[in-house]
Amino acid sequence: MSGIPHDHYEPKSGAEKWVHSRLPIVGLLYDTLMIPTPKNLNWMWIWGIVLVFCLVLQIVTGIVLVMHYTPHVDMAFASIEHIMRDVNAGHMIRYVHMNGASLFFVAVYLHIFRGLFYGSYKAPREITWIIGMLIYLAMMGTAFMGYVLPWGQMSFHGTAVITGLFGAIPFVGEAIQTWLLGAGAVGQPALNRFFSLHYLLPFIIAGLVIVHVWAFHHTGNNNPTGVEVRRGSKAEADKDTLPFWPYFVIKDLYALAVVLVVFFAIVGFMPNYLGHPDNYVEATALATPAHIVPEWYFLPFYAILRAFTADVWAVQFASFITGGIIDAKFFGVLAMFGAIAVMALAPWLDTSSVRSGRYRPMFKWWFRLLLIDFMVLMWCGAMPAEPPYSTISLIGATYWFAYFLVILPLLGVLEKPETPVATIEDDFNDHYGKAADATPAE
Amino acid sequence: MIKKIATSALVALSLASGAALAAGGEEQHIEDFSFSFEGPFGKFDQNQLQRGLKVYTEVCSACHGLRYVSYRNLGDEGGPHLPEEQVKAYAAQFEVYDAQIDDFRTATTADKFGQSSLENAPDLSLMAKARAGFHGPAGLGINQIVKGMGGAEYIASLLTSYTGEEKEQAGTIFYENTAFPGGWIAMAPPLAGEDVEFDDGHANDLHHEAEDVSAFLMWAAEPKMMARKQAGLTGVLFLILVSVLLYLTNKKIWKPIKGGAKKA
Repeated sequence: MSGIPHDHYEPKSGAEKWVHSRLPIVGLLYDTLMIPTPKNLNWMWIWGIVLVFCLVLQIVTGIVLVMHYTPHVDMAFASIEHIMRDVNAGHMIRYVHMNGASLFFVAVYLHIFRGLFYGSYKAPREITWIIGMLIYLAMMGTAFMGYVLPWGQMSFHGTAVITGLFGAIPFVGEAIQTWLLGAGAVGQPALNRFFSLHYLLPFIIAGLVIVHVWAFHHTGNNNPTGVEVRRGSKAEADKDTLPFWPYFVIKDLYALAVVLVVFFAIVGFMPNYLGHPDNYVEATALATPAHIVPEWYFLPFYAILRAFTADVWAVQFASFITGGIIDAKFFGVLAMFGAIAVMALAPWLDTSSVRSGRYRPMFKWWFRLLLIDFMVLMWCGAMPAEPPYSTISLIGATYWFAYFLVILPLLGVLEKPETPVATIEDDFNDHYGKAADATPAE
Repeated sequence: MIKKIATSALVALSLASGAALAAGGEEQHIEDFSFSFEGPFGKFDQNQLQRGLKVYTEVCSACHGLRYVSYRNLGDEGGPHLPEEQVKAYAAQFEVYDAQIDDFRTATTADKFGQSSLENAPDLSLMAKARAGFHGPAGLGINQIVKGMGGAEYIASLLTSYTGEEKEQAGTIFYENTAFPGGWIAMAPPLAGEDVEFDDGHANDLHHEAEDVSAFLMWAAEPKMMARKQAGLTGVLFLILVSVLLYLTNKKIWKPIKGGAKKA
């Protein structure tokens, strides 16, 4: 499957040959597991495994939760309490599922920013990157709809706010909003369809993950140097790579275990820390929470959504040239989705000839600023929409767009990158010294 | 530098949620009570829960319900841990409406505490979790990590923060309370001190009664807390062991690949 030369599965016994000639599934698994992997991958390359673990964890715990949950506006909240109080280990399963979503997003953000720093999105890995962005979008949809299901105050009023965003689309917005909710307001039809989709989307994510993995197994992994594996011959490729099993499987599992120590500490000792107390109040349209705040993983984009108010010149300009069709609310919605779209376009916006940020002196600083920007936006998203937070959000949102639309294209021209190391082998040996015996122990 | 991302992400995470919580608690004065169940190893104090149950039964239950809590849970080991006969006797004091016979009957341990009898009185089953985030000055999120969720503090503070001032507004009497958002609450002071006699002879001044009933309500909101912390501790210790084993395995596997000593 991989473009890097390596040994393929050879059926040995008669039974193996019999299966292989009919369904080469063992060969597929073998090639997937033994894929030649750049041996200089650092600890930022472990998040993929963490993400696969999260997906499985969420599906397994989710399936159990569904056995006890009732998607009805009068019974949903009570059925969650039933899970928390009466179902065997129900409280643990629910808390794992609840915090599993946070772990999923911690991992996906680190995975995305790793890709942005080391240029993993650049040719020939654009499709891997795009599929990844689709997975991220599907994750956001799944998480959002899952948050509605407990039918607490924040579930209910958060849904009203988020589906209201679609209502901001000119002409067809209201019709779309009604279509999404299945009614004029958040109620039984919305709860039912969100429940259905919350169960469906993870399997779509699973399908996308397979394509994501397939794509990078074809191009090979990127690595911290951004230098490609030598593929002239198998002997050459072997100098740069090691098989995924056991070297990276064990390394990744070790990292996963460490991550899970932190995760279980949170689940066991402070499972509600990342949630909102308001969601322990059953949903009612009669009272609105003082501050409607989305879950932490949506905050940066929520801040961008709210940053563009009617007094911003860009909003006024857009409103003027479209004859008022684009108002502040719609502009905010466009900005929020645009913020993700520009990220997805990174492969074509980055003009640098050097892939890895390690060899790009100016890029490094802009990238650091982007990380800070992301944190600042996350903080602003949690604060009320008033000065000074609205101004800080606007600056943060502007930098987000500037990074992708201006800085990335210009840096390729203005920056003089350092010369990357010649081969992955050199990078590895620079770091760890040359092995006395270069052949891997089997 | 990329390693720093992980650290800064966590920092931002705590900032963001701390800020979200801080935004909710304006002009409120929440006293920091010291409860036995705070922190990763904190446990419920059974005697305190039993005292709190008494305060709830004799005072709060006049208006407030506990609709999600079953009587049988009063016998739970991680809760008040009443003996079985006492749980049965407790349930037998009450009547519940049974739809099957379309009439009222004596409650059994399988029944729940029931709804609030006063329309405006909120159900207290989840109050301690719904009012979390008030822990310590400014409700900083970081206090939650150190001391646990702050809902019980909020309830205890509310019960002890009446100033004695009253005002009438649109036919309703409001009572000034420095712990309540906005400062005026429709609930008359429920506790004055010495409202109940504790069987164990524990002090029954206002402060102690408020503390005990808040602990009871924390248990009512999170009845599996002790089991959860136990599971968390077991999980963490087990995973640390797994991590160490995998670390050693990883080191051994990579040893022949990594030549000399690490340079950088």
